[in-house]
Amino acid sequence: MKIISGQEVRHIAKLAELDFSEEELSKITSQLDDILEHVAIITRADTSGAEPTSHTLKISNVFREDKVRQSLAKEDALKNAPERCGDGFLVPKID
Amino acid sequence: MRLNFLPAYELKNMLQKREISSEDIASQCLKATERLQGKLNAYIYFDKEHMLSQARAADAYLKEICGSFNKKDGKYFDFTGIPVAVKDNICTKDIKTTCASKILSDYVPVYDATVIQRLKSQKYVLSGKLNMDEFAMGSSNENSAFGPVKNPWDTERVPGGSSGGPAAAVAAGLVPCSLGSDTGGSIRQPASLCGVVGLKPTYGLVSRYGLVAFASSLDQIGPITRNVTDSANLLSAICGWDEYDSTSINGGLHDYCQFLYDNIKGLKIGVPQELMSGGVDAAIKESVNGVLKLAESMGAVVEMTSLPSFEYALSVYYIIAPSEASSNLSRFDGVRYGYRNRDATSLRSMYRSTRAEGFGPEVKRRIMIGTYCLSSGYYDAYYEKAQRVRTLIINDFKKAFGKYDVLISPSSPTTAFKIGEKSDDPLSMYMSDICTIPVNLAGLPAISIPSGLSENNLPIGVQIIADTLREDLIFKTAYSLEKAINFNKLPVHLYEQ
Repeated sequence: MKIISGQEVRHIAKLAELDFSEEELSKITSQLDDILEHVAIITRADTSGAEPTSHTLKISNVFREDKVRQSLAKEDALKNAPERCGDGFLVPKID
Repeated sequence: MRLNFLPAYELKNMLQKREISSEDIASQCLKATERLQGKLNAYIYFDKEHMLSQARAADAYLKEICGSFNKKDGKYFDFTGIPVAVKDNICTKDIKTTCASKILSDYVPVYDATVIQRLKSQKYVLSGKLNMDEFAMGSSNENSAFGPVKNPWDTERVPGGSSGGPAAAVAAGLVPCSLGSDTGGSIRQPASLCGVVGLKPTYGLVSRYGLVAFASSLDQIGPITRNVTDSANLLSAICGWDEYDSTSINGGLHDYCQFLYDNIKGLKIGVPQELMSGGVDAAIKESVNGVLKLAESMGAVVEMTSLPSFEYALSVYYIIAPSEASSNLSRFDGVRYGYRNRDATSLRSMYRSTRAEGFGPEVKRRIMIGTYCLSSGYYDAYYEKAQRVRTLIINDFKKAFGKYDVLISPSSPTTAFKIGEKSDDPLSMYMSDICTIPVNLAGLPAISIPSGLSENNLPIGVQIIADTLREDLIFKTAYSLEKAINFNKLPVHLYEQ
C-alpha cells in the first residue's frame, strides 16, 4: 500500500526547506511509506473521550514582572553568525 | 589502584580525607581516555590542559577549606574535584557543542546550560563532551557526524543511543559519571547495552535550559553512572526549579541520597506483560525474571499486569517526537549560527542547501515525518490522534500506579547489536526503544540498572518505572536490587589488549 507519493514527498521537502537528490528522494519515499504504514496502527485505538495531551504534568503558564533585565549581549548574540554586517546577520538576496 | 574505576562517592571521601587530589583523578581519567579514545570514539572533545587546570583549581579550593570542614556548611560538595563528562547536546560556554552534527560543528555556546552552572557551582571538573547520535536521534550512536561509538564490551557492537558516548565512557572507566539526555530511551537503552546505571528523571525535574531541543515535551537530562548512589548524588546536584525553563517543576526534592536504603519488604511490583512479550530476547526475559525472583525473596510482592495501550506507544512516539523535532530544528537555517552553504545566491536556496548538507540522513528523515504529520490535511489524523492515544497511555500508567509502587521491565528488547546491523532499516532500529518510550510519553521517572551478562558476555539491563516525582521509590528499589544482583562487572579486558 502506498501512503505517500513521490510528489507529496517533494512538497513536504519544500515545506521543510530541504533539498534531496533524485536518488535520495526515491529512498526516503519508500522509507517514509514504511514508517507511516507502521504508525497508522494508532487509527485502531479507541480515543472517544480522550483529550489530546498537552502536558504530562498539571502546570500552568509562568509569568514574571514585565521588567527589563540583563540578557545576551549584542556581541555574544552575533558571535556564531556565519556572516554579519555591523550589528546584523548578513544573508543572501531575499527571493 | 585505578581511580578512574572508583565510584564518585568514594573519590569524594578520599578527596575530603586528602588521600588523593583532584589532579590525581583527572590524570588517571586522561590516561584511560588517551588509551581508549581511538578504540571507542566516546568523546567528541577533550582537552588535557583544560581538564588539569580545572582539577588544580578544585585542589586549591579543597586546600583552602581544609580544616574548616563542617558537615553543615555545605562546602564539600559531592562533585567538587570530580570529573563529569557531558553529552554534546548540552551547552557549555566557550566550549564547542556540536550535537554530533555537521550543522553545529563549529558552534560555541555563549552561555552554560543550567545543569552545567549547577555543577560549576560545586567546582566539578568537565572532562569533555561526549559523542551521540546526531541531535539525539538514534538508538545505536551510528548517526554521528563524528563516527560511531563502540561498545566497550565488544567493540564490533553498538553502545546504544542516543547517549552512546556517555554510556561507553562511564562503562570503560574513562570517567566516573556523565550526563546524557533521554527523549525515548536515550539514557536507559545505552546504559543497558553498556552495563551501567542510567536515570531518566520525571519530566521537569531537571532544567532543559541549554539542552539543544529535540522533542521538547519528551526531552529530559539525567545521569549515567556505574552505581545507584552516584546516580542519586548527580541527580541531587543538577535538579531543581529554574526560571529559564517554563516547564521546570517548582517543589521537587533536592536530596535523593536519603532514599538509598536496602529494604523493599512489602513493595508492590507490577510487570507489564506487553514488555515481556515475543519481541524481547529470551535471555533478557530470563534475566529480568531472575531479578523479580530476587525481589520476591526480599519481601516484595510481584504480579503480572497489563497496560494495553503500550501497543501504540512506538507509533505515538514516532509521530510526536519527529513533529516536535521538525519545528525545533527549523532554527538551523545558516543565519544566526552553525554551518552555511556559502555558494548559494538566494536566501531560500541557502536555507535548503545548508540544511541538506548540514543534517545527516536520520535527522532529515525525522524532519520529513514530522513536517508531514503536522502538514495541512494530515494534522488531525496523525499529530492530534497521537496526542489522544498518548492520553490513553498516561491513563494506563495511572491505573497501574493505583495498584503498584513500581513497574519492572527489560530496558531494551535486545543486547548490543553489531555495528551496521540495523543502520539501513529505520523501523527495526526504532524497535530498540519499545521498552523505554512509554515512560517518556507519560513524563515518568525510570532507571536502568545492570541485571547480568548474556551468554556472549553482553550486559542486560532491567528498568524500574515509578509514578511522577516518585524518584524516592526508584532509588529505594534500584539500590536494594543493585545490592542483591551484585553485578559488579566492568569491561576491564579493554585495558589488556
